[in-house]
Amino acid sequence: MLQIEDLWVTIEDKEVLKGINLKIQTGETHILFGKNGSGKSTLLMTLMGFARYKVVQGRILFKGTDITQMPTYERARLGLGLAFQRPPTIRGVKTLDLLQVCSGKGRPAAEALAFDYDFENFLEREINYGFSGGEIKKSELLQLLAQDPALVLLDEPESGVDLENLQMVGEIIRRLLQKERRRADRDKSGLIITHTGFILNYLNADKGHVMCDGQIACHGIPREILEHIKEQGYEECVRCLTISKE
Amino acid sequence: MPDDLKGVAARGRDKKAEAGQDVDLNQYSRQGGDWAYDEQYQGFDAAERSHLLKAGIELTDEEHAATFFQADRAVMHCKVSQPGVEVLPITEALARYEWLTDYYWRLVAPDSDKYTAQTALDLDNGYFIRALPGAKIAYPVETCLYIRTEGLAQHVHNIVIAEPESELNVITGCTTHPGVKAGLHLGISEFYVKAGARVNFTMVHNWGSDIHVRPRSAILVEEKGTFISNYILLKPVKSVQMDPLVRLTGTGAVTTLQSIVVAHPDTELDLGSRVYLEAPQTRAEVIARSVTTGGKSISRGHLVGKFPDVKAHLECQGLILSETGIIHAIPELSGEVAGVEMSHEAAVGKIAQEEIEYLMARGLDEDEAASTIVRGFLSIKIEGLPLALEEEIERTIREARKGL
Ligand SMILES: Nc1ncnc2c1ncn2[C@@H]1O[C@H](COP(=O)(O)OP(=O)(O)OP(=O)(O)O)[C@@H](O)[C@H]1O
Ligand SMILES: [Mg+2]
Repeated sequence: MLQIEDLWVTIEDKEVLKGINLKIQTGETHILFGKNGSGKSTLLMTLMGFARYKVVQGRILFKGTDITQMPTYERARLGLGLAFQRPPTIRGVKTLDLLQVCSGKGRPAAEALAFDYDFENFLEREINYGFSGGEIKKSELLQLLAQDPALVLLDEPESGVDLENLQMVGEIIRRLLQKERRRADRDKSGLIITHTGFILNYLNADKGHVMCDGQIACHGIPREILEHIKEQGYEECVRCLTISKE
Repeated sequence: MPDDLKGVAARGRDKKAEAGQDVDLNQYSRQGGDWAYDEQYQGFDAAERSHLLKAGIELTDEEHAATFFQADRAVMHCKVSQPGVEVLPITEALARYEWLTDYYWRLVAPDSDKYTAQTALDLDNGYFIRALPGAKIAYPVETCLYIRTEGLAQHVHNIVIAEPESELNVITGCTTHPGVKAGLHLGISEFYVKAGARVNFTMVHNWGSDIHVRPRSAILVEEKGTFISNYILLKPVKSVQMDPLVRLTGTGAVTTLQSIVVAHPDTELDLGSRVYLEAPQTRAEVIARSVTTGGKSISRGHLVGKFPDVKAHLECQGLILSETGIIHAIPELSGEVAGVEMSHEAAVGKIAQEEIEYLMARGLDEDEAASTIVRGFLSIKIEGLPLALEEEIERTIREARKGL
């Protein structure tokens, strides 16, 4: 589904990603850990093709196509979908309009989704305007449900969400990633950034990675990585990365 | 008009306005077409009708509490269809009601500048609208001020009175004949919103590319009165300069002033809103949004808190969609006593790349994303607009995005 090869990215001439390699197979869910500022969001933003993120080396293959230079909307139409960590506010445009943009032919209807997830009161509101942290996350996830992307990119979907809504967030993510199906029958993949790992209580993830200063320092079983980080912090990862370099 | 008013007006004859480019009044003709009264709106062909519609003028008495139509200097139509509201040409109202002198030129001074002076000295006509005490007028009163003759100067004076506890919606369309290029519109408007009354005033300007416009408006809002104004200008015009003043003089008086304007290349706009909060618990909200596609737009706003315990907010936002356009936001706050709560926010810039990319991530291409954002920027909630006008606003915004 997704293959990232030796990806180097700069933001305003600052080197942020330094040679990322990552492969996600169809049906797999991967978790991305890493401390603040390590480059996790940058990776997802680069996958979506936003202008500020300059790929200076390497390439991104999605479903076998090289999308490294592809405009954002074509990537979206091809099946990449991102739930933003901090989406912008758009004044004067209704959330319903945005959901309708997302839900094209044959995809879940905006109103039905809002009904299912108790979001109807937000449809007439301006996009993200005055939304609480948790409401923003929910709005992002509903947009993705409407978009129904093949590759689901989630940037801290659970941060700021209260315990009650966490359950719902978990359900939505399960639905996005077809977790109710048998592994072999899934045709969606996911890459999820998390600090808390709460999300692991709601779904099984196949692989975990730790981002460290623009590089992926280690790969492993998500829960084990999380335990490791909880016990030893990210310092250990840094050390590990240094060793592997030598 | 009483002689003393004329005398006062004469003193302002050569007084240049404080803002806006100076217009030479002698360049314009005072010979309008001799348009006859038109009971059934028969004197308008299809092209003219569709043009009028773009300013929100539907040319029908249906679903209107009353209608008023002035072409050049002549009132072509004036009809009241519902009880509780009175609408007359101002000249007729002045002749009929002696008490109207208590309202005529009481909020705007005739010697304010050469434009008010000129209108006072040589009035064409205008509308007089009065909602009777307690009358809740559901349908809007629709008025049109129309320049139908090339090179004409139109001098208008309007008075709107909402008696205590009444409710009134007025939609005014100001426009020119599709064939008219140059002209000048001078319009005095005085609004009286009495205790507990509510006035919703929507004005659509849809002038020609070489028309100068100098409205002079003032509004008085008494105890618990509400004045809501929406101003829409989306088409090319040579210049519009106005700075209406709302005075909230009664306890709990409230006003909301919204405007959405587009400055096209060669257009010069200087638009302001002043609100004086002069009584306890008065509230004001001013929202000004302007877009430039190459023209100049000065967006002023001035809130003056003259009483403790008042609240007001001013928002000036500008969106620059071309290399050459200019938006100049001048928000001002004056607190003249302690205990006022006033704030403003102003932002001028191009469309945020981040917003475009957010929408692109949902599948819109760059153009679609940008128009969605501009549309949102220019959308203000206006109740009771004719559907055709809403569609026209949509279309204008789409067009404005093209050719950038
Ligand atoms: N416009 C910019 N100019 C300079 N540096 C930037 C810019 N945008 C991002 N960065 C930097 O790039 C680095 C990576 O940021 P990124 O948002 O990818 O971190 P992250 O791993 O998602 O962190 P967090 O866990 O806090 O969300 C940070 O050091 C950040 O400050
Ligand atoms: Mg981040």
